[in-house]
Amino acid sequence: MTWLSIIIAGILTYFTRMTMIALIDRDMLGDKIKAVLEYVPSAVFPAIIFPAIFINDYGAFIEMNDPKIFGAIVAIIVGYFSKNIIATILSGLISYWFLIFVVFS
Amino acid sequence: MLSKKQLFTKGMVDISPHMLSVIPFGIICGAIGVELGFSPYLVYAMSFIIFGGASQIVFLQVLSGGASSLVAVTSVGIINSRHLLYGAVLSEYLEKLSFIKKLLISYLIVDQGFAESNKFFKKNKTEQHLHYHLIGTGCTMWICWQIATLSGIILGSFVPEELGLKFTIPLTFIAIVVQDLKKIDHLIVMITCGLSSLLFFDAPFKSYIIIAPVIALFVALLITRLKK
Repeated sequence: MTWLSIIIAGILTYFTRMTMIALIDRDMLGDKIKAVLEYVPSAVFPAIIFPAIFINDYGAFIEMNDPKIFGAIVAIIVGYFSKNIIATILSGLISYWFLIFVVFS
Repeated sequence: MLSKKQLFTKGMVDISPHMLSVIPFGIICGAIGVELGFSPYLVYAMSFIIFGGASQIVFLQVLSGGASSLVAVTSVGIINSRHLLYGAVLSEYLEKLSFIKKLLISYLIVDQGFAESNKFFKKNKTEQHLHYHLIGTGCTMWICWQIATLSGIILGSFVPEELGLKFTIPLTFIAIVVQDLKKIDHLIVMITCGLSSLLFFDAPFKSYIIIAPVIALFVALLITRLKK
């Protein structure tokens, strides 16, 4: 039963990937929609970023002094100026570690 | 004009920094699956069949929490529905491919691969074999994801949980959007999406992950209207 559900979930996931690329003719989308699609990265990724920072493993809001907020701010500043993905990730992670292992330990 | 091989390699290079977060996350995903009591074969098969990070964990958590398979499958479908938006954006650059190639390349579309290839496509619209960049990002993600989840399944959570490596996931996505913060319209769309995702976090089937983008895109529509 679990195997069957995984296969169905896999097919469903594949369809989410394939539909717009293989089944929909792009000319069917009007210019207005095409202009809005420019915003897809900005409209989707914060829905991954915000909950991962502001909501803890138990589904509750974190405190405003949570180390993750500090780590995210550092990552945003470093990322903005360095334009470097590795620097963004490492600066955020290291500043987060600094708080949880050195300051708050 | 870049060759197919150059484009493929460029894709691999462009996506590789994200492996800093993808690999630890994959290890955690594999380890969690086994810890929840599922067969290692089943946990690994998901990386192959579904190939979708967070949705794999949610699927197993929902089932082990006692919910029906219908709930688990629906959750996966809803979480992954954001790929529809990626596909709509990428279709502009994949139009000329044959139907079979479109079907094959679709399997490789993932968040970070979409983000990096889309950035590259926007700057190199005239290149002829653009899709090789997407194949490069997708294959790199696929291989690393398989190896990472497999390591987590076999070795267990050898990455100590105290390190909080799950935090690298939001960091990876911050790195993707951070340069757009200076554009006021994008900033408004991002804040709308982020706040909506928190507001709808408790909506059933993790549907905040698609509700928030839909709200944000509606705001984007209003912005495009105002710009005229």
